[in-house]
Amino acid sequence: MSETGIGASVKRKEDKRFLTGQGNYLHDIERPNQSYAYILRSPMAHAKINGIDTAAAAAAPGVLAVFTGADTAELGGIPCGWGVNNKDGSPMAEPKHPMLAEGKVRHVGDQVAVVIAETYEQAKDAAELIDVDYEELPAVVDMVKAISGDGPLVHDEAADNLCYDWELGDEAEVNQAFDGAAHVVSIDVTNNRLVPNAMEPRAAIGEYDKATGEYTLYTTSQNPHVIRLLMGAFVLGLPEHKLRVVAPDVGGGFGSKIYHYAEEAIVTWAAPKVGRPIKWVAERTESFMSDAHGRDHITHADLALDAEGKFLGLKVYTKANMGAYLSTFSTCVPTYLHSTLLAGVYTTPKIYSEVKAIFTNTVPVDAYRGAGRPEATYLLERLVSKAAWELGIDQVEIRRKNFIPKDAFPYQTPVALQYDSGDYDATLDKALELADYAGFPARKAEAAQRGKLRGIGFSTYVEACGIAPSAVVGSLGARAGLFESANVRVHPTGSVSIFTGSHSHGQGHETTFAQLVSETLGIPLDNIDIVHGDTNKVAFGMGTYGSRSLAVGGEAIMKALGKVTDKAKKIAAHIMEASEADIEFKDGKFTVAGTDKEMAFGEIALAAYVPHNFPHDQLEPGLEEQAFYDPMNFTYPGGCHICEVEVDPDTGVVEVVGMTAVDDVGRVINPMIVEGQIHGGLAQGIGQALLEACVYDEDGQLVTGSYMDYCMPRADDLPDFKAATTETLCAHNSLGVKGCGEVGAIGSPPSVINAVLDALRDRGVSDIAMPATPQAVWKALKAAETPMAAE
Amino acid sequence: MPSVTMTVNGKQVSGDVEGRTLLSTFIRENLDLTGTHIGCDTSQCGACVVHVDGRSIKSCTLLAVQAEGADVVTIEGLADGEELHPMQEAFRDCHGLQCGFCTPGMVMSAVDLLNVNPDPSDHEIREWLEGNICRCTGYHNIVKAVKQAAQTMRGQAAAAE
Ligand code: FES
Ligand code: FES
Repeated sequence: MSETGIGASVKRKEDKRFLTGQGNYLHDIERPNQSYAYILRSPMAHAKINGIDTAAAAAAPGVLAVFTGADTAELGGIPCGWGVNNKDGSPMAEPKHPMLAEGKVRHVGDQVAVVIAETYEQAKDAAELIDVDYEELPAVVDMVKAISGDGPLVHDEAADNLCYDWELGDEAEVNQAFDGAAHVVSIDVTNNRLVPNAMEPRAAIGEYDKATGEYTLYTTSQNPHVIRLLMGAFVLGLPEHKLRVVAPDVGGGFGSKIYHYAEEAIVTWAAPKVGRPIKWVAERTESFMSDAHGRDHITHADLALDAEGKFLGLKVYTKANMGAYLSTFSTCVPTYLHSTLLAGVYTTPKIYSEVKAIFTNTVPVDAYRGAGRPEATYLLERLVSKAAWELGIDQVEIRRKNFIPKDAFPYQTPVALQYDSGDYDATLDKALELADYAGFPARKAEAAQRGKLRGIGFSTYVEACGIAPSAVVGSLGARAGLFESANVRVHPTGSVSIFTGSHSHGQGHETTFAQLVSETLGIPLDNIDIVHGDTNKVAFGMGTYGSRSLAVGGEAIMKALGKVTDKAKKIAAHIMEASEADIEFKDGKFTVAGTDKEMAFGEIALAAYVPHNFPHDQLEPGLEEQAFYDPMNFTYPGGCHICEVEVDPDTGVVEVVGMTAVDDVGRVINPMIVEGQIHGGLAQGIGQALLEACVYDEDGQLVTGSYMDYCMPRADDLPDFKAATTETLCAHNSLGVKGCGEVGAIGSPPSVINAVLDALRDRGVSDIAMPATPQAVWKALKAAETPMAAE
Repeated sequence: MPSVTMTVNGKQVSGDVEGRTLLSTFIRENLDLTGTHIGCDTSQCGACVVHVDGRSIKSCTLLAVQAEGADVVTIEGLADGEELHPMQEAFRDCHGLQCGFCTPGMVMSAVDLLNVNPDPSDHEIREWLEGNICRCTGYHNIVKAVKQAAQTMRGQAAAAE
């Protein structure tokens, strides 16, 4: 293994600039003569707008312009990227999502007007002078109430607030599997609504060049080309060649920066009207009420088992909150990213899933780290643990008994996916060892002496990522392909620029991708530059989410590198007067088999640009290649997470005392970075399980609208992690990679809650919702003590 | 507009500010030192931590005029020329950063911890950094980095004696 190639824990190339304050985040960008936008947002969850008086604001000091929905009504709405059909084949309800409210506001934070001024403070001060005549309407927050038939309607065109009522599988057939079952175990779970909270707030700068007619949008995006397409084609009607989108250093995304947001369209559209660049930066409070939220499912599930504990069938009924409008990926999260994962790592032969997607007067909900897969894993792993407890089977045993065996791959699940590879016993074995499962009873007894309740919880999971084969997602309603592009430009002196459609916002692509190049071309990392995040530099790109950067973006780079080495071999053959078939390329050197002739990669690069004697009919000058890569299947990382907790029965405080994650993410390019990704996912998973909840009151007011109220995981809330990997290679890509960005957040939450329940079981507690806060745990303990007094 | 003068990263600077201008805003906008980040509006994320007169402070909790005459160090002033501070070096070695947004505040805060406690335990590190939110790393590698830096700096201090 080379020190800079595949498998090396290379220190990150990007770190120096971040560590010295030289990062170039959106807030840091100053465009000449820029002005500032402030967005006036709705304080109400649901109201009619009878009129907006902007005269005083327009006359305020420094104000350049004020716009409302009346000015933008002619433009397109913010589009949804995925159509989902109802059970009867009819299309989902898809009401317009206006960039500025048109006649009605539908959630607290809905954008009502924009003020553009010389300074941000002036814009903000002037916005206070806007007089909006709201007529408050009853709001609906609760999903059950929303579809009850007598709740208020968020959109007139969505009867009963139903976006769609969708199903996967044949319910009658699954019912038959239940008829012969020895046991049926049922569960009701809520997957709590989360606020993604990337530490860098969203921001955008819109700019218009009068001379060229070109628009530029700088934005905090995980996928600038997708924004260009959605905003250009569907909202503003701008052609791609006149619209440049730049996403510079981006301070975390976790899904929340995938989507096209209204503010991007507003500053781009308004820039030529004001005649100056317009900058908008969200305050954190705005992030809470305008960044797409995550999760928010309510699910009932039934699992049928035979007398030995083998799974016979599974039925899952889910209500998924869409919020007030359909965000870019919202509709596919509870369906194609959730229901298709319900086989998990098990051989359950019959599965049925129904999903009702529901509009409420809340912020739109969309993919957040894991997207659909954490929800599926949570309900499944809670259900499996519950079944083990109810049937008196060991937690490890019930899982092993139902695992898809390692020789069964490729494995076709009953819910559409075909898993290509995996070894679930191997990850479980390694996790049991790392977590010292054998020593648990002794640790529990020791904790009991200190008055603590100790519990251990399991989650064995698989996920589908490397998103995604275009043909498959196209047949499922995706309105885009999900390939990736790469361009490899070899410069005359042998240094290389890679242009990738993937976007790094913490993942370390500048390092990992450079390792692929170093390994393939045998050149040092310092000679390699990874360019991303600018539609004027990168040919095309679908961006970074769904753990797709390496499995899709990296494969595109490998494909382009393959074309480069093929061409370089041709050049080498010509110069060394050998047959192309005799040219070998290894460690950065081209050799002629059976001779001592050799040329370094740099020499070939130079020759490519100094083609003094190239045969024109056979060899083009230059050394630069483009590739598009469309995966043949999803990738399927999987693993085992084991959590150990101690509960203080007097206070309800849960302390995570052990968190072990063993994940099979396929081939690992940079172990250090992979481990870091897993750590980050675990923190978000533990956050969801114990700390984080986005809460609305009945009137649709956002109760958790700042870090005062929304409990972010902090350093003293989390333990040290034990993270390790096992390896089965992805069978359908050249690197054998599967993806690691989401595994931590997908696998961990049920392991934490199962651990809490294991700790509380002896005290008669059999259910607890996320987040298991001290208050919730204490209440559950008290209710179990005196069942009559519960409530 | 009141004017304010202070020392930032060893240089004397002054500027006209509104009374309501925060130190964080002054640093970013008047001085163009954009390494100090703004991650919240309730003084809870720690992305804006700088040193004022040798102690770490959230620069969004101070008005620029309150820093009149103060000695301020931002992330840009931490390295010695091209040579990274041991804390910066340790964050890089231990992969204590991902997106980098929390990093300047985290590093400045951690440096102050070692000023007051050159040999902190894991627990002390986690408690000290409680005011700095990182959404990316899960803190594991940050704790590791702070310990490594502590060790390096204790070594340097011993060598200097
Ligand atoms: S910006 Fe100062 S603490 Fe968040
Ligand atoms: S590295 Fe991204 S928030 Fe800490």
